[in-house]
Amino acid sequence: MLDGPLDVLLKQLASLPGLGTRSARRIALHLLTRRETLMLPLSRSLKDSADAIKTCAVCHTLDTTDPCRICADPARDRRTICVVATVADVWAIERTGTYKGVYHVLGGVLSALDGIGPDQLTLDDLSTRGGDDLREVIIALPATVDGQSTAHVIADRLHGRSVHITRLAHGMPMGGELDYLDDGTIATALKSRARV
Amino acid sequence: MESFTDHGIVLSARAHGEGGAIVALLTQENGRHAGYVHGAHSSRKRGMLEPGSAVKVEWRARVSDSLGTYTMEADRGLPPGVLEDPLKLSALMSACALCDSALPEREGHAGLYYGLQALMTALGEEHWEPVYVMWEIALLKELGFGLDLTRCAGGGDPRDLTHVSPKSGRAISAGMAEPYLARLLPLPQFLMPGGGGGDRADMVTGLKLTAHFLEHWVFAHHTKGVPEARIRFQERAEKSVISNKSLGVEAL
Repeated sequence: MLDGPLDVLLKQLASLPGLGTRSARRIALHLLTRRETLMLPLSRSLKDSADAIKTCAVCHTLDTTDPCRICADPARDRRTICVVATVADVWAIERTGTYKGVYHVLGGVLSALDGIGPDQLTLDDLSTRGGDDLREVIIALPATVDGQSTAHVIADRLHGRSVHITRLAHGMPMGGELDYLDDGTIATALKSRARV
Repeated sequence: MESFTDHGIVLSARAHGEGGAIVALLTQENGRHAGYVHGAHSSRKRGMLEPGSAVKVEWRARVSDSLGTYTMEADRGLPPGVLEDPLKLSALMSACALCDSALPEREGHAGLYYGLQALMTALGEEHWEPVYVMWEIALLKELGFGLDLTRCAGGGDPRDLTHVSPKSGRAISAGMAEPYLARLLPLPQFLMPGGGGGDRADMVTGLKLTAHFLEHWVFAHHTKGVPEARIRFQERAEKSVISNKSLGVEAL
């Protein structure tokens, strides 16, 4: 029924995460009925982003400048590096407004099942970052088997450098109720209990 | 409609489609059994799909040969302290990867299920090293490659077994082993008739023993060979023994 550019548009929309063919049709129709106010500005934004956004050669995050604004910011503490799996994790930590160090984006975590080995990640770059001034590496990777395996590999690679290696705390989430938590989380929270 | 309810331990979860995953379990009654889990990336389900987690499952499929879908409920999470300990974490991943790649699908292995459950419990304890090696020996036996560690293959003293023949998997006494020491596999102390031992160095001896039979017997005809997780576990255990020795720590 549909062919030409509309068919291409539907296929491209349907390939986006969270969208299927039905949602793609709804979005396409929504855009086509608002060409001047939404569709053309959106297409310009997409093109501008594709042209302007680069991967930072230092920390591997995404920004319009290389090095990124975080790496180039003189107010940032370069002696502390927070290691995260993806760019989305950088954005999550930045939203808190509490961290003043710099980042290192690995590009995922080690996973034998998905065929992600050390060569697919930016582990080599991390090993050489910071030089002698580096004081702390905060490992902020997922509390999963793959995430923690990656954390241990990072700790191995940094072994021998005089640097503190820390990780984010595991345990009770904000607003969490004990009855709804799994056994592992409760056990970890008990182990990492803090003085009141 | 085909269905069953069972208890299982998660071996692997491969993302499939946007929200789902194909999850392989070692179940109590149905052996290694895979199924599709809808919404596997949701915050409620993600935690219970970590390798080593115990779950209660209901499997349903239109016909028995199809993949089918799992609905699951968390039974028990990962053993406490496993995520923080690199060696325990490697052991857990190795055990799950071995089951996932070596066991035939949909063939009951209740003994191995209970064995893996016992290993998971042991990983939460302090002295787990001999349990892991014994679990691998049980896995070899379950796959039809049992080692005979009860008597000497050469007719020597059964109370003095010290090595294992790499060809037959049978134990050899110290006296009979003497001329062939370079070719035989040493037996860890905790598997010798007198028992004892069970430290990390002993576990490495045991891992080298089972690694030989995993490589030459179980995975000899597998295109991918011994799982990467098992190789990494042994490497990490060997490194840990070397670093303990350099620190002057005899047993942990």
